[in-house]
Amino acid sequence: MAEMVKLYIDGKEVEVDKDATILDAAKKVGVHIPTLCYHADLSPTGACGVCVVEIEGSPTPKRSCCTPVAPGMKVTSNSKYLREIRKALVQLILSNHDVTCPTCPANEHCELQSLANYLGVDTDGLPTVLEKKPIDETSIAIVRDPNKCILCGRCVNVCNDIQTVSALTIADRGFDATIDTFFSLGMGNSACVNCGQCTVFCPTGALSERSEIDLVWDALLDPDKVVVVQEAPSIRATLGEEFGMEIGTVTVGKMYAAMRRLGFDVIFDTNFAADLTIMEEANELVERIKNGGALPLITSCSPGWIKFMETFFPDLAKYVSTCKSPQQMFGALVKTYFAKESGIDPSKIVSVSIMPCTAKKFEARRPEMRDSGYQDVDYVLTTRELVRMLKAADIDLKTLPDEKPDELMGMYTGAATIFGATGGVMEAAVRTAYWMLTGKDLPNLDIEAVRGMAGIKEAELDINGMKVKVAVAHGLGNARTLLTKVKEQIEKTGQSEYAFIEIMACPGGCVGGGGQPKGSTFAMRARRGEGLYKEDRELPYRKSHENPAIIRLYDKFLGKQGSELAHRLLHTHYFKRSNLDGACVEAVTEKHVHH
Amino acid sequence: MTIPRMHVLFPFDPDTLLSGVKEFEAALLKELKKRNLENEVKVLETGSIGVTGKGILMVVYPEGVYYSNLKISDIPRIVEEHFIKGRPVKEFFLGEVPARFVKREKLGLVREQRRVVLENAGIIDPENIEEYIATGGYEALEKVLTSMKPEEVIDEVKKSGLRGRGGAGFPTGLKWELTRKAEGDEKYIICNADEGEPGTFKDRLILEGDPHKLLEGMIIGGYAIGASKGYIYVRGEYELSINRMQKAIDDAYKYNILGKNILGTDFSFDLEIKKGAGAYVCGEETALIESLEGKRGQPRNKPPYPVTHGLWMKPTAVNNVETIANVPPIVMRGAEWFRKLGTEKCPGTKVFTILGHVVYPGLIEVEMGTTLRDIIFNYGGGIKDGKKFKGALVGGAAGVFVPQKLLDVKMDFDSLKEYKAVLGSGAILVLNEDTCMVDMLFSIIRFFKHESCGQCSPCRIGTYELYTLINKVRSGEAKEEDLEMMIGLSEVMNDSSFCPLGQSLIMPVKSAIENFREEFVAHFDKNYRCEKCRR
Ligand SMILES: Cc1cc2nc3c(=O)[nH]c(=O)nc-3n(C[C@H](O)[C@H](O)[C@H](O)COP(=O)(O)O)c2cc1C
Ligand code: SF4
Ligand code: SF4
Ligand code: SF4
Repeated sequence: MAEMVKLYIDGKEVEVDKDATILDAAKKVGVHIPTLCYHADLSPTGACGVCVVEIEGSPTPKRSCCTPVAPGMKVTSNSKYLREIRKALVQLILSNHDVTCPTCPANEHCELQSLANYLGVDTDGLPTVLEKKPIDETSIAIVRDPNKCILCGRCVNVCNDIQTVSALTIADRGFDATIDTFFSLGMGNSACVNCGQCTVFCPTGALSERSEIDLVWDALLDPDKVVVVQEAPSIRATLGEEFGMEIGTVTVGKMYAAMRRLGFDVIFDTNFAADLTIMEEANELVERIKNGGALPLITSCSPGWIKFMETFFPDLAKYVSTCKSPQQMFGALVKTYFAKESGIDPSKIVSVSIMPCTAKKFEARRPEMRDSGYQDVDYVLTTRELVRMLKAADIDLKTLPDEKPDELMGMYTGAATIFGATGGVMEAAVRTAYWMLTGKDLPNLDIEAVRGMAGIKEAELDINGMKVKVAVAHGLGNARTLLTKVKEQIEKTGQSEYAFIEIMACPGGCVGGGGQPKGSTFAMRARRGEGLYKEDRELPYRKSHENPAIIRLYDKFLGKQGSELAHRLLHTHYFKRSNLDGACVEAVTEKHVHH
Repeated sequence: MTIPRMHVLFPFDPDTLLSGVKEFEAALLKELKKRNLENEVKVLETGSIGVTGKGILMVVYPEGVYYSNLKISDIPRIVEEHFIKGRPVKEFFLGEVPARFVKREKLGLVREQRRVVLENAGIIDPENIEEYIATGGYEALEKVLTSMKPEEVIDEVKKSGLRGRGGAGFPTGLKWELTRKAEGDEKYIICNADEGEPGTFKDRLILEGDPHKLLEGMIIGGYAIGASKGYIYVRGEYELSINRMQKAIDDAYKYNILGKNILGTDFSFDLEIKKGAGAYVCGEETALIESLEGKRGQPRNKPPYPVTHGLWMKPTAVNNVETIANVPPIVMRGAEWFRKLGTEKCPGTKVFTILGHVVYPGLIEVEMGTTLRDIIFNYGGGIKDGKKFKGALVGGAAGVFVPQKLLDVKMDFDSLKEYKAVLGSGAILVLNEDTCMVDMLFSIIRFFKHESCGQCSPCRIGTYELYTLINKVRSGEAKEEDLEMMIGLSEVMNDSSFCPLGQSLIMPVKSAIENFREEFVAHFDKNYRCEKCRR
């Protein structure tokens, strides 16, 4: 039993662990203390000072986010004096802030903006002391505007502690202190893997995705273009939040309706391609198991993870599945399969994807992702960008009717929908691999052991008497831990205890992706994941190989799994990258053959 | 072995080194040899004696004569007149020699000091462990290791009432007791020798003039708190200090005063020097610890305090150089003796650095509770060039501007607190009537803006705001509200900055504006002529 400490917050008695902070104790007893730099999932930096409270016997107020509790402590969480300090602090921060709320990507999602508003901060009098710094636009995925940075340190902490990428640091001292990358080369020339977690955690508009909204509007408004859209599995579980719906509500029918109202010409679903990914990947797993290929097989659908692997674990590249991510499989098919079936000139097709992810922007622009003869996916919008477009068009998701996607590449199974949560790809692949290996259905489709928010999850499956050990990691820090272990096992014994590993760059999987609504906590991510598992249970088909649209695709177009055409369109290869500037050093797996 | 009848000491510090003291020393040795005096007159190098700007210095015992501004061409005369004929050459005397540079001898007009921590500085050869031992050095350590339990040492220090000389005046015995009682398999003692305060060099004087005293205090402290490892974190620029201290440590190892089974007892202790990272804030104990751990020198939140979560999160006592140098005398002569010095609540002596417009800028060690007037007008010799006193910045950059009417304040932690002032590092910057207080405050704010680590927004942005506002005053664009805003801002910084650096700017800002308001108001007029602000 942990040692407990009793204290008083605004006269309310509360008992907490002796290592808890005053803020923890206040939360426990239901007292709200305003915060700004603090985030529940990160270690506190104490930068802003907004959470100060009075403690009996202490001459000055203390930061509740990082001051430990003490027995008998008497805390006052709010007073005229504290309010004055908090207001003055926010005023100070605003005096050093490029206050351009109306045009800011974080408008209405900015914690500084709402705190200033709630506290009733006055901005008169204090001189503006902002020395403008250049905006970092070197990255394909992420834009960093230092003039909106409040130096809360969240981005550094998430990149360093949770993702273990350490692309960002605080450089310089005093007033010149700023978030920076290695040698100030910019995020695009750093080890940054584009996961976008920093954009989710950033309380302001200092870190955001590189917006492609204008480009998409241009395409939608161009009568000569056929604009095809796909929506990633997790989008349906997060979109509703932004329209006042319960966290974790799955809004798939309304989502299609919204896409139609925005003016997309063809509404498909990434979930279709998720089922396809499973067919190819499960096939790859089965082949490797049967033929003694490289094991463990490691999933490849998270582009943040792929760049991380290329940068920090290039020697594990041969274990990583050659399957493209669903987004890119889909992209390659839109300009081939769909073009052929619909008789539309692929050069007229604009392929747009709605993703929970900033790394997908980077992935879509990788030079090897042009197997259709064109750039397979033209534009990638994050959930946040889509929400802005919907708001611009005054589309209220909540009140829309449920509609259906277009047929050819719109149908999907429960296996595809759970791709959006950590463990989902593993579970989906196992359902199909089991069937491929045994010709039978998995007795229990729900593999609970790989679900949920534990950082690294393991399970042992029984496939016809064969024991198969699998593992799941989400968040790159967890991935690093798991892979370091795998690497050691392989170096020592030539093999790993695991046969199959799922890795997602973002904590919680895609429902916690770097393109999802700002400020999402791990607890919120868990609830979104539960929404997807619920949809899975309710869908008529729950195994990818049962998807009629997939069966048709193989029949009419691809042939069988792993066919030459499938290889050309659906598989890829990897590079080794510099961990200083992220540049490709050399190819580390074989290029698939171009015909 | 012949016993020398005369000792000649050369204070080595950056000032004298620049003036060519080494060449001078070599020339003197040559002259002594020529005249066959080498065995009669012993030449020693010592640390700074707290005199600056007076060229090459030389102290001659037994008379205790202080020479200054010497040139090599003066050597034959001094040797002839003083060393042979016994008639000190008045012409080269250091001004009206203030007795503060002399041990207990009285000389000239001025009163004697009470030297405890500086008793050996400038008297013994700091590079010679035997000289330290000959003056009773390491007896305290021996006493502690052979006859006292750690708790008894802590008790003695507690009884002495010794309070930290690093600025905050925290009771040292209590700090040691908290560290000793804190849970932890390993504990550390760290000596804070970062001395970042502009113009201050009291710790340097101890490091360079009597390194073994500090070393002895550290080992006793380590024994008391239960540490087997200590660090001395020395300001990076103090090259001579680092070399002297290293020599002292090396010698101590040779004499089994450091290392395994010290002096044949069960106690083992290692000591290491770390070079400071250079920022002012690195002198703050938690930033110092971060820096020692190889990280960026930024303060941590307190609590938890270093006594429970210090270096590598282990219980750690961080003490100032002067604090630790007080320990061996306390152990040797007893708490009772120590309490006879100073005031009831602040026993002992304090080393002050007198800077600015005084006749004798330099260091003095006097009893706690000596009045500011006494320090400035007696020890400092009053205001230079017949000017009038205007005010004094007491306690360092984060100190308080004290006006004429408060000159009789007693210089100890508690008396100063009554006037919302602090003893700080013990620096006293004396200002004459020609000083512009706006310009003074400007310099202070600029210093803080430069030294803010940037970790917390109240200090990072607040110092820049204050800088912007004081510039408005300087250029004649400010109004009454701007002064209120400056005070308001520094109050917010005091209430919400992460560490004492940002918290303490309130003291100079408020005291300058409140005590010298007319001068600030005068600057509102664009036509006001100010030599300093409007050149
Ligand atoms: C900005 C700042 C700078 C400081 N610099 C020093 C310093 O140079 N030397 C020092 O001994 N203490 C310095 N201190 C005080 C230390 O934090 C600490 O209180 C002291 O070393 C404790 O020693 P003591 O108990 O012996 O006084 C500084 C504090 C602050 C806030
Ligand atoms: S996108 Fe991910 S890897 Fe890149 S800086 Fe942000 S958190 Fe780090
Ligand atoms: S970029 Fe955003 S998350 Fe990073 S320190 Fe600045 S405000 Fe905080
Ligand atoms: S008060 Fe200043 S020096 Fe101290 S932590 Fe904050 S920014 Fe750094």
